[in-house]
Amino acid sequence: MKKQKTKEQAQSGISKTCPGPMVFSKGAVISEPGSTMKYKTGNWRTYKPVIERAKCIKCGICWANCPDAAIKKDSDGTFIVDYDYCKGCLICDKLCPVKAISHGVEQK
Amino acid sequence: MAEKEKAEKVVISGADAIACAVKLCRPKVLPMYPITPSTLVPERLSEFVFNGEMKAEMIHVESEHSAASALYGAYATGVRGFTATASQGLALMHEILPIISASRFPAVMAVANRTLSGPLNIWNDHSDAVSERDQGWIQLYCESAQEAFDTTIMAYKIAETERVSLPVMVCIDGFALSHVYEPVQIEGQSKVDAFLPPYKPHNFLDTSDPKTFGAVAFPNSFFEFHEAEEMAMQEALKVIPKVNEEFGKAFGRKYGDGLVELVEMKNAEYALIGMGTLVGTSRVVVEEMRKQGEKVGLIKLKCLRPFPKDEILQACKKLKGLAVIDRHASLGYEGALTIDLKAALKDEKVKVEGFVAGLGGRDIDVKRLRAAVETIMKGEKGYWLK
Repeated sequence: MKKQKTKEQAQSGISKTCPGPMVFSKGAVISEPGSTMKYKTGNWRTYKPVIERAKCIKCGICWANCPDAAIKKDSDGTFIVDYDYCKGCLICDKLCPVKAISHGVEQK
Repeated sequence: MAEKEKAEKVVISGADAIACAVKLCRPKVLPMYPITPSTLVPERLSEFVFNGEMKAEMIHVESEHSAASALYGAYATGVRGFTATASQGLALMHEILPIISASRFPAVMAVANRTLSGPLNIWNDHSDAVSERDQGWIQLYCESAQEAFDTTIMAYKIAETERVSLPVMVCIDGFALSHVYEPVQIEGQSKVDAFLPPYKPHNFLDTSDPKTFGAVAFPNSFFEFHEAEEMAMQEALKVIPKVNEEFGKAFGRKYGDGLVELVEMKNAEYALIGMGTLVGTSRVVVEEMRKQGEKVGLIKLKCLRPFPKDEILQACKKLKGLAVIDRHASLGYEGALTIDLKAALKDEKVKVEGFVAGLGGRDIDVKRLRAAVETIMKGEKGYWLK
């Protein structure tokens, strides 16, 4: 996470109390957008959706309804789950019109 | 309509005085949800916008929660903003207040202090603003309409000072000041422009330089953002007196050292301390008691947050007793100001007694304030000055 170092923090002594090599921007603004990508939420998952690609009719309902944008379109037009970000809500499983998605308990 | 270049003296209410000051400070966005007794502020500002005297976007929002949110939004786009509220309206803004301060947006808001319901009551005490004292907003309290005008202009300058970058609440007593007409010197536009230069945001939403606003701060960083706010508050203790001095030089008026004003404190043995309009009444009490040979003084607390501990310590060193007049009660303990002062003066010999007064618009008259002073002179305990 690239952050702007302000004069205020340079004088603050914050670096002594901070547990990591972080620099804190004024007003918690992150000058490089898209930092959420670096925070992988896949390990929050209890249930794991699995898409059976042979059954997939490429309708895109799972893709459109995933609240975390964790379903991606593959080169052949079928859909795959990005397990780095999927939190296992199973909305895709519920909505798939051809029951191409099933789920099990995440094995860790 | 041409901008008024010359200063003029007019008779207006405290709320009008704030509206006139805001106009001179040139905010670009005014999200407003009128609530008694702050209503005169948006009324006057909407007239200014309608008449073309002020170039600003007035947003008629659907609640105070939205007013505060739109104020955040205005500052996120990098422009000066303003809103006004009171009582339940400020309470509804509660959720957004610490977000504005943590974002280090130098917003200015007027609060026409009114008690919090219930029972339903529209009259003055300080419970609305004092209940918000921990949210990272600087709080300045005013005694007169002129002070309300001047403090509003100073508020922008304090807030926008880079090492502060914190929002400011300008507090005026509801009705007792918001609706009281007094002579006010309205300054000319060019003089105010010279005192308050155009706003330069530290960060703003810009499609050509995208940034993330409002990101989550995990336990490994949240603490540090609050630490930075606290350091900014401590900086404000230095900046406020500086701005007060500069204002004095530019306009010929200043208010104590900007944090506290001391009245007859040089050889005082006993003193009153309070905020807002009750200070005016306290001046009469001190004058009367001085004439009778009593060594009584007065501390006007203009700035509640950041708390000017050093100035208070200095002023109270030689005192025997201090009567704290709280226009607010922290139910279950004492008035908030009393709690602060007892903590600040714990190592001093001065005996601090708290008097809760004026709740829900009850008068705080000379008789009641005199009774408070006489109580501490007898070494007796503070009580509710009903």
